[in-house]
Amino acid sequence: MSGASTVTEYQATHTVPGRMGVWWFLASEIMVFGGFLAVYILYRMASHGAWAAMAEHVSAPIGTFNTVVLLTSSLTMVKAFEAVDKDARDKARNYLLITVLLGVAFLCVKGFEYSHEISMGFTPLSGSFWSFYYVLTGLHGLHVLAGIIANFCLYIMAVRGTLWSKNCQGRVEFAGLYWHLVDVIWIFLFPLLYLSY
Amino acid sequence: MAEQATSEVQHTEQMSFVRKYIFSVDHKVIGKQYLFLSLFMALVAGTMAYYVRWQLAWPETAVPGAGWIPEPTAFSGIIPPEFYNALVTMHGTIMVFFVGMPLLLGAFGNYLLPLMVGARDMAFPRLNMMSFWTIFTASLCMIASFFVEGGSAAAGWTGYAPLSADPIYTGVTWGLNLWIIGLALEFTSFLMGGINFLTTTVTMRAPGMTMLRLPLMVWMQITAAVLFMLSVGPLVAGAILLLLDRTVGTGFFLPGKGGDPLLWQHLFWFFGHPEVYVVLLPGIGAVMEILPVFSRKPIFGYRTIIWSTMVAGVLSFLVWAHHMYVSGMDPNLVMPFSITTILISVPFAVIIFAFMATLWGGSIEFKTPMLYAIGTVTTFIIGGVTGIFNGSPPVDIFIHDTYFVVSHFHFTLFPSVFLGGFAALYFWFPKMFGKMMNETLGKIHFWWTMICFNLVFIPMFVLGMGGHMRRIYNPMQYDFLKPMQGINQFITYSAILLLLGQIPFIVNFFWSMFGGKKAGDNPWNANTLEWATTTPVPHENFDTIPTVYHGPYDYSLPNQNEDWQPQHLEKEPAAVA
Repeated sequence: MSGASTVTEYQATHTVPGRMGVWWFLASEIMVFGGFLAVYILYRMASHGAWAAMAEHVSAPIGTFNTVVLLTSSLTMVKAFEAVDKDARDKARNYLLITVLLGVAFLCVKGFEYSHEISMGFTPLSGSFWSFYYVLTGLHGLHVLAGIIANFCLYIMAVRGTLWSKNCQGRVEFAGLYWHLVDVIWIFLFPLLYLSY
Repeated sequence: MAEQATSEVQHTEQMSFVRKYIFSVDHKVIGKQYLFLSLFMALVAGTMAYYVRWQLAWPETAVPGAGWIPEPTAFSGIIPPEFYNALVTMHGTIMVFFVGMPLLLGAFGNYLLPLMVGARDMAFPRLNMMSFWTIFTASLCMIASFFVEGGSAAAGWTGYAPLSADPIYTGVTWGLNLWIIGLALEFTSFLMGGINFLTTTVTMRAPGMTMLRLPLMVWMQITAAVLFMLSVGPLVAGAILLLLDRTVGTGFFLPGKGGDPLLWQHLFWFFGHPEVYVVLLPGIGAVMEILPVFSRKPIFGYRTIIWSTMVAGVLSFLVWAHHMYVSGMDPNLVMPFSITTILISVPFAVIIFAFMATLWGGSIEFKTPMLYAIGTVTTFIIGGVTGIFNGSPPVDIFIHDTYFVVSHFHFTLFPSVFLGGFAALYFWFPKMFGKMMNETLGKIHFWWTMICFNLVFIPMFVLGMGGHMRRIYNPMQYDFLKPMQGINQFITYSAILLLLGQIPFIVNFFWSMFGGKKAGDNPWNANTLEWATTTPVPHENFDTIPTVYHGPYDYSLPNQNEDWQPQHLEKEPAAVA
């Protein structure tokens, strides 16, 4: 019930407002990224192979490594949620920290990848594919960053012990829902950007 | 955080002025903030319409009242083509996004929704406050865009690429960037608002308030929120790409750099058509509340109206390309979009018939809100019927880029935003401000607005059939338009009268707020929960959360003492223990 600050004597459904709010938020996020992906796919289909020449310069091994990193972080997020559910506080705290570190690792690898590509001369202005590549991965990266900040706040709360109060229950679940969405978006971006040339 | 919020609630009395009226988390205060913002923006955009109309009637003469605008925007009242484009663009943008949505969703949605479902506030009060201050910032972006080098956005309210994608075409630099940023902020604001509307309705209804006992206004608000939430995403994506085209130099919408300008139109209208219903639904939602109250009859076909709205909502995602018949789209796509467009008139026709059946045989009382409600429906019918003309490609290709379409969409948006908005305002003003509005002034306002509106826009159909183009600066440059210049001047006279007709409203609004007759808790003898609480509404809406026993429209039931049955009271008069 994170955001619900009103005094409720009666609850119409079993769904707490926080969870419902997060799901609606995720729905709107899906529409934003859905729009991007639809545009990307249509452009790519219309390019008649001209993009393939550009697309072969991205590094599939690095992309695969990052996919593994992000998927693992989703696993640790679930583990954290499970630990919260069982009230295993030390475990939950550690899993939150691992999730944060994996997220940071993802961004570091991505940053290394960007600098490598730019040093090879591929900038957002090097053609439509590269424009899309930087916009899509950049926007996804911003979402990862937001997720890292949210998870780090939860970790700090876990260290201080404030995460276990009744008002904060559900927060790990809500942050987890968002984190999984970020992960799922990457699952779409990875094959579309790295594998399909 | 919740503890802190609870203590906030308990210490309302000691809250400072700023916390209570400016950075308030109370949905009622936020609703009023939206109301004042939208009315102010309506004045701004209405003035722009006046400048535009003057230029069309008496091209390149000094506009009375525009002498204050400094050069090079205008030259002692004479409006140059660049400024004309900016005025047309910003009139549309502000009216749709900063008047229509904040008035119908922001003001009435926020004010009424928690009251109608029987909740103490929105599910996320602080998110609600943030949504208002986000749209406030967005409004500042829009207004600021007039004062930057190069003036404000001038690529039409639809911002078609490549006109909008490269500053060389319009000469507008930061104006259009601010336009994109302002719109993005506005979208964010209403996404936050929509999450609140939906979550509040689903999780915070009072005991006994099932989904099928909700007032139709709530149904319309949440359907609008869903439509907005599911349609705006692709346009947010498009706006990011457009901003990158303008600032970084990418070429998503520029053919010279491998982009596709038509894509912008698809992204815009995929959002743009559901957006029409986002504005319309709360407008007719107000009508659905008002008609039963002033004809003392249950609304006809409560469930039919809900289902029709949902069908229309789904179809609204499948009609967008009817805005693009003249854009050079694949002809194979024209037929399916034409079919869905004509189909979508069916659920709306069902709703209109339900309205007529509600009025049939009722004890109709023509108070100002009722006049506005009926005015909304009658005017919207003209907009809807001319929409069928536009849905048919052979006709549309001739009339699409003419004043016919300008008149058509004013006949849909003006009734939903202004007539529906005024209906709602006259109806809920007693609850919002605790005073009755003056009936005589209200009726003068209604008839003046209604007559002048039709005098402005019916002749525009004639102009459009005569081939008068939509986006021209000076009709006198075309020989074939010269014989119709008299119509243009007549429209401008009527438009000035229409604007002056709002003076009775402004007088009535402020005079009633401070000196009007005190309103009781339930001046219209209405059933819904917002009338069940006291006036003025206490900070947490209800002393105790009411229990709901039946649907919202039980008027003139047989075997009852009263002709109205409030939702929070059981039906049998004898059963009151």
